[in-house]
Amino acid sequence: MDLNYTPEQEAFREEVRRFLKDNLPKDIRERVKKRLRPDKAMTQRWQKILFDKGWGASTWPREYGGPGWSPVEQLIFEEECALAGAPRQLDFGLRMVAPVIMTFGNEEQKERYLPRILSGEDWWCQGYSEPGAGSDLASLKTRAVREGDHYVVNGQKTWTTLGQHANWIFCLVRTSNEGKPQEGISFLLIDMNTPGIEVRPITMLDGEHEINEVYFDNVKVPVENLVGEENKGWTYAKFLLGHERTGLANVGQWKAMMKRLRDIAEEQPDGDRVLIENTRFRDRLAQLEIELCALELTVLRVLTDENGPGPQASILKIRGTEIGQALFELVMEAVGPDALAYIPDALEPDYPGSRVGSPDATPAAGDYFNMRKLSIFGGSNEIQRNIIAQRVLGL
Amino acid sequence: MNFNLTEEQQMLQDSLRRFLANEYGFDKRRDIIAAGNGLDKPTWNAFAEMGLLGYTLPEEYGGLGGNAMDTLLVMESFGRALVVEPYLSTVVLGAGIIEDAGSEEQKERILPKIASGEEFLAFAHQEPGGRHNLDYVRTEIQKHGADYILNGRKTAVLNAAGAHYLIVSGRRHGRPTEPVSLFLVNHDTSGVEIEEYTTHDGHRVADVILDSVMVSDDDRIGARGQAMPIVEKGVDRAIAALCAEAVGAMEALNETTLDYVKTRQQFGMPLSKFQVVQHRLADMFIAAEQAKSMAILAASMADSDDRKQRREAISMAKALVGQSARFVGQQAVQLHGGMGVTDEMFAAHLFKRLTLINLQFGDADYHLGQVSDGLLKSA
Repeated sequence: MDLNYTPEQEAFREEVRRFLKDNLPKDIRERVKKRLRPDKAMTQRWQKILFDKGWGASTWPREYGGPGWSPVEQLIFEEECALAGAPRQLDFGLRMVAPVIMTFGNEEQKERYLPRILSGEDWWCQGYSEPGAGSDLASLKTRAVREGDHYVVNGQKTWTTLGQHANWIFCLVRTSNEGKPQEGISFLLIDMNTPGIEVRPITMLDGEHEINEVYFDNVKVPVENLVGEENKGWTYAKFLLGHERTGLANVGQWKAMMKRLRDIAEEQPDGDRVLIENTRFRDRLAQLEIELCALELTVLRVLTDENGPGPQASILKIRGTEIGQALFELVMEAVGPDALAYIPDALEPDYPGSRVGSPDATPAAGDYFNMRKLSIFGGSNEIQRNIIAQRVLGL
Repeated sequence: MNFNLTEEQQMLQDSLRRFLANEYGFDKRRDIIAAGNGLDKPTWNAFAEMGLLGYTLPEEYGGLGGNAMDTLLVMESFGRALVVEPYLSTVVLGAGIIEDAGSEEQKERILPKIASGEEFLAFAHQEPGGRHNLDYVRTEIQKHGADYILNGRKTAVLNAAGAHYLIVSGRRHGRPTEPVSLFLVNHDTSGVEIEEYTTHDGHRVADVILDSVMVSDDDRIGARGQAMPIVEKGVDRAIAALCAEAVGAMEALNETTLDYVKTRQQFGMPLSKFQVVQHRLADMFIAAEQAKSMAILAASMADSDDRKQRREAISMAKALVGQSARFVGQQAVQLHGGMGVTDEMFAAHLFKRLTLINLQFGDADYHLGQVSDGLLKSA
């Protein structure tokens, strides 16, 4: 055992850092660091910059245009990106549907979809949850009926993150009612511009529009958009969720947040002292530092495990989301009463008006509210505990 | 010991809850917030008619002679319906401070108009950078002939824009070593600038900028340099009221969550059939009950002149209520799943209110610290 990074890994970190210093546009970095409202063009611009460098998909193997990095290198890359203030890349394409297409798709699908995900040309969203199928995902009802050379899809998906920007959606659809609910599910790729699809916004408790409902009314989908075999979609869905959960540990992001929180604590007045001198607050920071360190090492253990992430991925999802929520809660508590005011316009760059407290206070409460989603989505943390109980502990 | 409501209190609670259930629904509240000033005049007038606005004021000023226990009942009911009207700022804080320490002339001029619902008050004490520290006051008071000039900036002032008078604290030359004085500032006095914002939970707060604001000796509340005990008592009363409001919001949140998990079907049965959900709800119920006990303690001590005992009880209550509100709020959202983070669910709004109550007049950590410091023998 050796917990140190190798000289090669250190050199790699240096290379990433240099690249970010030279290539991450200042306006994007500012926008991300100030936690202003994200923007589609910004995400696409950054994806293009990474793509041109050959770093468009940190987790992809070389044969599909990825850099072929080891899991440790991927983690270093993510961490450096987060610390530099790079926007999050879009997981739905890069880390969710792409691994499914690589593993279960046919050659034609790989050629058609993967390059456009890598370049950022296509914006994917996820069609999993339905109003009646949340934690119990297998109870989904959106139907796809085969008619000649296409499927006809009817139903409703919900919690579709950033679906308002998407031109593609990957969907779990019911193609059979035979056997167990899991046995009649298929995995379909659907062009969002197909007639019969309607996207409706859901306003979240922070007042923002990030999530949508997607309605399907007799939507015709060519049969070649089926991934793998009909009625085997549940296998692919679970495979995808495993990838999603590993990503949800979010260690790089949380390390950057921890740094930001420490900066805030160094700056934030607390009466006649600065907040970092408040031992009660500092203890909570220290506690989070400890938990984040434990998570980081656990992530490294899971990612370097030759057997790949199994049900242990649930540990990462639970701890990663709990730590993330605690970080945003602490940012809000750090700025204290300055977090009360709700000034949505101040989340735009170049906001000219007045605000309350430091710029860190502007997004603080909204972020805290929004991050409650972390323990709900991607399989609620209750479901993750069931997975650990059943598949790890054998209960 | 007797935790029962009097017949009068029971009637007050029943009629207020009935009124709010009929007249202050989710959509109505949304409209009031959207209208922008956080005040629905017919609702406020109805509160005046019910006697709520003068409930705790002496009878000679148009009140009913009640106490903080009555405020507890009102605020609990407000918490259930998430009332955004400026009751805390005008009635609890503002009128409370004037009743405690105002001159006879000030009381006669202002209190009857509070009870009748005609006028509003705001307490402009906190300052930028002060965070939860109550004695952080840097606003300058300068003598100017027989008058005084105020300069400074106040923050997190509840309902400042609609207030007829601001109650403003300051120190001579803004020096931390000088004692605190309080002044009553008419809202249209030259040099008073108000930057008001909606809060995340639909209330109104403001930064108040005081630029050479002239006040006279008659505008002072209490004796010169003797205002800190007045401020503390006023704030303690506000904290007791917020604790009660939080309890009402927690009870409503637990009820609506219970309804939701009984209806929501997953894996072929209601969520409420899962033991993990049942235990969570049981813990949420425990948290709300513990908070209620402490809110009652806070109310029973809020009018006390025994400063040490009162402040200790208030801090104990605010710490525990803050912790409970956080737990109940977060778990209620969690049990609602995705619905819990949408704007359309009442639960999400109860959660937001509970979160912001914790950030006002000292969060759970701050008050835990107050109780903790009190354990030192030297304290």
